[in-house]
Amino acid sequence: MSQQTLGGMVLKSLTMQDIEYLAIGAAVLGSGGGGDPYLGKLMAQQAIMEKGEVPLVDVDDVPDDKLIIPSAMMGAPAVMVEKLPNGQEPEKALKAVASFFEQEVYGIISIEAGGINSCIPVYTAGRLGLPLIDCDGMGRAFPEIPMVTFSIGGVEASPMVCCDEKGNKVVIESINNAWIETLSRAVTVAWGLSSFIGLYVMDGKTLKKYAVRGTISLAMEIGRRIVKSNERKVSPVDSILEMTEGFRLFEGKVTDVQRDLTTGFVRGKAILDGIDAYRGSSATLEFQNEYLVAYQDGKSVAMVPDLITSLDRETGNPITTEHLRYGQRIVIIGMPCAAIWRTEVGLAQVGPRYFKYDIDYIPIEELAGGKGS
Amino acid sequence: MNYRLGIDVGGTNTDAVVLDRKDTVIAKCKRPTSGDISTGIKQAVDRVLEEGGIDPAGITHAMLGTTHSTNAIVERRGLARVGIIRLCAPSGLGVPPYIDWPEDILPHIGKLYRMVKGGYEYNGALISQPDRDEIRKALAELQAEKIDALAVSCVFSPVNGEHEIMVQELGEEILGRDFPISLSSEIGSIGLLERENATILNAAILHIASSAYSSFQNVLKDHGIHTDLFITQNDGTLMSVDYACKYPVFTIASGPTNSLRGAAFLSGLSDAIVVDLGGTTTDVGILKSGFPRESTTVFEIGGVRTNFRMPDLIAIGLGGGSLVKNDKGSVTVGPESVGYRITEEAIVFGGNTLTATDCAVSSGLATLGDASKAAHVDAGLAVKGCTVMREMVEEVIDRMKTTADDMPVVIVGGGSILLPENLKGAREVVRPDHFDVANAIGAAISQISGSIDGVFDVAAKGRDAVIEEVKEAARAEACNAGADEGSLEIVEIDEIPLAYLPSNAVRFRVKAVGKLKK
Repeated sequence: MSQQTLGGMVLKSLTMQDIEYLAIGAAVLGSGGGGDPYLGKLMAQQAIMEKGEVPLVDVDDVPDDKLIIPSAMMGAPAVMVEKLPNGQEPEKALKAVASFFEQEVYGIISIEAGGINSCIPVYTAGRLGLPLIDCDGMGRAFPEIPMVTFSIGGVEASPMVCCDEKGNKVVIESINNAWIETLSRAVTVAWGLSSFIGLYVMDGKTLKKYAVRGTISLAMEIGRRIVKSNERKVSPVDSILEMTEGFRLFEGKVTDVQRDLTTGFVRGKAILDGIDAYRGSSATLEFQNEYLVAYQDGKSVAMVPDLITSLDRETGNPITTEHLRYGQRIVIIGMPCAAIWRTEVGLAQVGPRYFKYDIDYIPIEELAGGKGS
Repeated sequence: MNYRLGIDVGGTNTDAVVLDRKDTVIAKCKRPTSGDISTGIKQAVDRVLEEGGIDPAGITHAMLGTTHSTNAIVERRGLARVGIIRLCAPSGLGVPPYIDWPEDILPHIGKLYRMVKGGYEYNGALISQPDRDEIRKALAELQAEKIDALAVSCVFSPVNGEHEIMVQELGEEILGRDFPISLSSEIGSIGLLERENATILNAAILHIASSAYSSFQNVLKDHGIHTDLFITQNDGTLMSVDYACKYPVFTIASGPTNSLRGAAFLSGLSDAIVVDLGGTTTDVGILKSGFPRESTTVFEIGGVRTNFRMPDLIAIGLGGGSLVKNDKGSVTVGPESVGYRITEEAIVFGGNTLTATDCAVSSGLATLGDASKAAHVDAGLAVKGCTVMREMVEEVIDRMKTTADDMPVVIVGGGSILLPENLKGAREVVRPDHFDVANAIGAAISQISGSIDGVFDVAAKGRDAVIEEVKEAARAEACNAGADEGSLEIVEIDEIPLAYLPSNAVRFRVKAVGKLKK
């Protein structure tokens, strides 16, 4: 990261190399979902090449009364890699949603640090000449729009603006965040499964209260450690676990991947045969876009909203659920989620029961019995 | 009689084998690869026919595996100037072609592209209607920029290739009927950038590949061999030469695949580590159930990202021609190599360069060339050189393994005489008969495949009916490529529902493989 000054304040700013790291780390925080960050990386790097490095501001440095807006892409990852953006959509959506408010926009944030939406806001911020705030609304990736920490704080997703690559723009004003999900999903389907969105406009004071902090820096550091470990031909896993207070859950070979369509999401599971220390043992990973529950020999070892991620055993590179394939050798790791998800309201929104599991949430460190990484 | 001729053109050697109907090796030989490719092939074919006393008329199939085009990309040598038309607007403009290419290749290929209206949604609906006049104008502009070949890409063209075909027709009209044109829908799967990259690379090597293949065809003709020529591709299956002339990019990883498949065939092992020690490099791969394990990471060729599935390999710069250096007691082997000049430059062949082969001969590990010429080589240095080589290979074997357990290790390739009978991490070291020509044998035993990759709406017809349709299309592809219909098998069905949205769109990737039609 390089440094520059803005309004007398010394700021860190995001370089081309930072974006490389961010894209890798974001796939780790994506918990198997969130889409491949590669496309977002290319866009973010292009914005930096054209407009210069993007300042990265700490949450504490955001004035209480200033406006902050999340910028994101919505849709099916398999479509996003094919129908690429026009490039105008993110800023159009951002400006349109900002026009509902009197104040100027202070900065852009990521709605989810996991997956492609880690990088899209860097593009938007770069194009608009605004800083990116070092935080997000999930600390990972989740499949639905209401699944953000801001919802817990009572922040309305409405007004929301969706833009497509053709120039269409839809403004949604809803009675609650659940309707935002239903309506924007319908619009996105009509557009061919991809759109850019601006929503959850909030002030700095609210952001400070509910944002998951430091997640952009965290993703970059995870990515940096993976790249550096690869250069030295050592496994990055321990280093990732140390930084995220995570746990090594399993190592094995993927022997089966089943995917089913239920309610429009990809629900499925992967079955693994243990190797090395896990030989003779088997594991099951259940997912709905993101991993939901990991089992070892039928016993759950991690569950949503804690983060479960699969890494290539050789390189430590994250493998998203859509890339899971028979024969892959992977390491499953688990990491504690942001504390706010472990509250009663948080679990009601993203806990195992929300995803139709008849189990109570048990934090990963309890399941691991304090055995540490 | 009924013979198959397999040829492998490597960086150092050109190998040829003749197999009979029962896949028995009748004759084999090894000749240095020539700068012009065809002289080396000619010499190898001459020798192998003579050795086996084979009537050229009895050869029913000739298979060629070559990394010639791959080297052209990696070395940025002789590449065509490519113009690309992408049908996408108004989508895609934010992420133009060549966005993530290494800078050093761009001067060779040019960076000439036009993005025009056209392209499809995942369900086949139009993003926008293509405009013939806009396309004509784009083609004329690219022509004025002196392109040698045209690449065409289009959003969701694996779902519907019509827009690309429209550009092809207009291209033939404006650029000429024989102008080389590559369509992305015929080359790659879902993932526009990766598919487009592969299409550009394909267009850039078309002329290199077709001239290599036609010179090979001429060699065959000169020998009185009147049979179809087949080219081996990345997944260990064959293409007809006409097909390969259009899609040379499918051959870019065929070298390692052939050696892995050849090793599986020769050793009879289905789960093993394969070490292919050539003249310049050593490739280490792993066999799982008789097939090469595929890489899980994105495959880059010469720094360009593609979405091909490739064998999982580790390559190191160690081969029979590797230079051995002694820097104050610290001995290194490779990565520099004398390559195909080994028969002139290695000490045992009368040259002055200390190579890995010289160390092996001097320390009694191998018999090759004239051992007396290596008498003056420092015995300690030779032994140390051999130890370094062994340790280099053992380290790669260990990196390739997924368990701590020892595995069988199959050693193939001309340079494999440099390795001892015991290796750390190897349950046993297998050096099968004909190990030195495993690549050519891999080429000779190749099969024919056809694959389909696209996004389908399963709501209307139901999933099972759609899968049947896709399988049938894959079988038809394989038959078109020369497979025997009766032997066809579906070897891969990959099903990826499109995430996040309530639709019944599913991506299927299906591959059919069969024996060569006799």
